[in-house]
Amino acid sequence: MIHTDKLTKHFKNKKETVEAVKGVDIDIAPGELVAFLGPNGAGKSTTLRMLTTLLSPTSGSARVAGVDVVADPAGVRSRIGYIGQGNGGGHSYRVIDELIMQGRFYGMNSADARARARELLVTMDLQELEKRTVIKLSGGQRRRMDVALGLMHSPQLLFLDEPSTGMDPQNRANLWDHIMRLRAEHGTTIVLTTHYLDEADSMSERVIVIDHGKIIADDTAARLKSNLAGDLLAVEVALASVPAARAVLGQAAADGELEESRHDGGASFRVRLPDGARLAPGLLKALDDAGAPATSLKLNPPTLDDVFLELTGRSLREGAEV
Amino acid sequence: MHASSIDLAHPDGAAVTKPGLGKIVQDTRFVFWRELLLVLRDPFSLVFSLLQPLIFLALFGPLLGAAVGTEAFGGESSLQWFLPGVVVMISLFGTTMTGSNLQYELMTGSYERILATPLSRSSLMIGRALKEWAPLVAQGLLIALVCIPFGFVFYPLHVLLGLLILGIFGIGIGALSYTLALITQGTEWVFWGVQQTLLFPLMILSGIMLPIEAGPGWMQVLSRYNPLTYLVNAERELFAGNIGTDVLWGLLAAVLTAAVGLAIGIRTTKKQTI
Ligand SMILES: Nc1ncnc2c1ncn2[C@@H]1O[C@H](COP(=O)(O)OP(=O)(O)OP(=O)(O)O)[C@@H](O)[C@H]1O
Ligand SMILES: [Mg+2]
Repeated sequence: MIHTDKLTKHFKNKKETVEAVKGVDIDIAPGELVAFLGPNGAGKSTTLRMLTTLLSPTSGSARVAGVDVVADPAGVRSRIGYIGQGNGGGHSYRVIDELIMQGRFYGMNSADARARARELLVTMDLQELEKRTVIKLSGGQRRRMDVALGLMHSPQLLFLDEPSTGMDPQNRANLWDHIMRLRAEHGTTIVLTTHYLDEADSMSERVIVIDHGKIIADDTAARLKSNLAGDLLAVEVALASVPAARAVLGQAAADGELEESRHDGGASFRVRLPDGARLAPGLLKALDDAGAPATSLKLNPPTLDDVFLELTGRSLREGAEV
Repeated sequence: MHASSIDLAHPDGAAVTKPGLGKIVQDTRFVFWRELLLVLRDPFSLVFSLLQPLIFLALFGPLLGAAVGTEAFGGESSLQWFLPGVVVMISLFGTTMTGSNLQYELMTGSYERILATPLSRSSLMIGRALKEWAPLVAQGLLIALVCIPFGFVFYPLHVLLGLLILGIFGIGIGALSYTLALITQGTEWVFWGVQQTLLFPLMILSGIMLPIEAGPGWMQVLSRYNPLTYLVNAERELFAGNIGTDVLWGLLAAVLTAAVGLAIGIRTTKKQTI
């Protein structure tokens, strides 16, 4: 559905050049659900804008829905749907009018567009607001309207740039429900960006991690986590058993790194283990055998943030503004 | 990884989607209609757009007759000469607003959302320009009717033709204003600076408000290179109930302005996107 070859975008601002996207290669098959994950300024939106013909690539190429974005941008536009990072509704327009016009832009007839708009107003929980002007909607309501706009023509390939930003948990869940249903019922290919780690984790089967304009990882969330991060095991032992415990745990650590901290009466160790749930019982036994029984044990499954930390040495949570 | 190479086919020989005339016309209708919805949902704005030219006419017309005297206009009512100028001026004020209305949509994501739809690029400009021109039909007819009691002779078909030519001209002006809004994105005040700086010299040099024949030679020379001059002359001929070479020149100037405006506008859009 999507194939890019060293897709690159540089922005020239007076004297300085911003290398927003530095040669990304992406392959996405029909029906996939893919999330781009990365900190602010990583190049997610720029990549999406090139794929949706809103920006011309500086170099490299991209084929979207079987069509080259530079050779036939109009062909691409007629085959995709796009929900940008900004608000798509014109400020002074009524919600329902914008939805219907959007349908018309995609060649729907007036009756179909109206019916579809009504349907989406219900789905996005906006039915009471159909006559409201866009500027009088709350941030989350506006975002829901953006999503409705993008779904009007039921595209086969849908791009969503941070669709759930600003929505409350209830509406985020609604949105995901709808996206999942789209996929199940119509086999829609979905490419989205998100800042919500849990969303990328639980909803998309494939995560592409972008940092500084480059793809630094591309796999299923589960594999990224087990390959790159592993579970975080926290073990506490009595003070007397610290040296023995250090030896056993040090050997087990996937990356050879063992964090150690003292507190009254004992010490706690933190270590990363790929597939920790399976290894933990054996490790407990090894500690017992070494005369350093664990006084407490906690196993934290990895998050995508751990993956990002492992890849870049930065956390997505705190370093978000860099 | 999930590599798949189904889309690797070489682009050579692939059909390229080009909008035909039918699609451009239809898309223009949609864009025009979307813009018009703003007025329809808030009809009060129409009242103002109708009042404005009347006020202008009421205040300026009497002064003109007194200052220049009726002889300057070949003995006709000064209104017969002045009214077409007012109509051209309203159409200019309207269609140069095309870019200003776009500025709001550029700041939110709504322009980007529309750019991502299959609407043809030219229809984005034409539809918006025509919406700024549309009220002119009502405005023009209204002031013509109001002026009849004051000695204005109304030739409805000629006036309609005049409004149509202004519509073509307006597409060009609208597209240029649209382009200006695109390239001044992020520095919105530049838009107004450029617009005002260009608009007034063009208007004065076209003889829109005062006869250019009364001015010095260099002004008359400059006015000959001003497309607006031909528009104003064509409208004057039409409002006087004649169709002659002035109308043809005006039509030519209008078509050329539209062609140039659209070409520049589409080029700019394609340079910024694809
Ligand atoms: N029009 C532009 N002109 C100049 N620089 C730009 C432009 N658009 C984006 N950039 C720069 O390109 C880089 C990538 O921006 P992009 O919007 O793709 O980031 P992002 O990953 O979507 O971030 P966010 O999570 O904040 O949305 C940033 O450094 C940004 O400042
Ligand atoms: Mg972004």
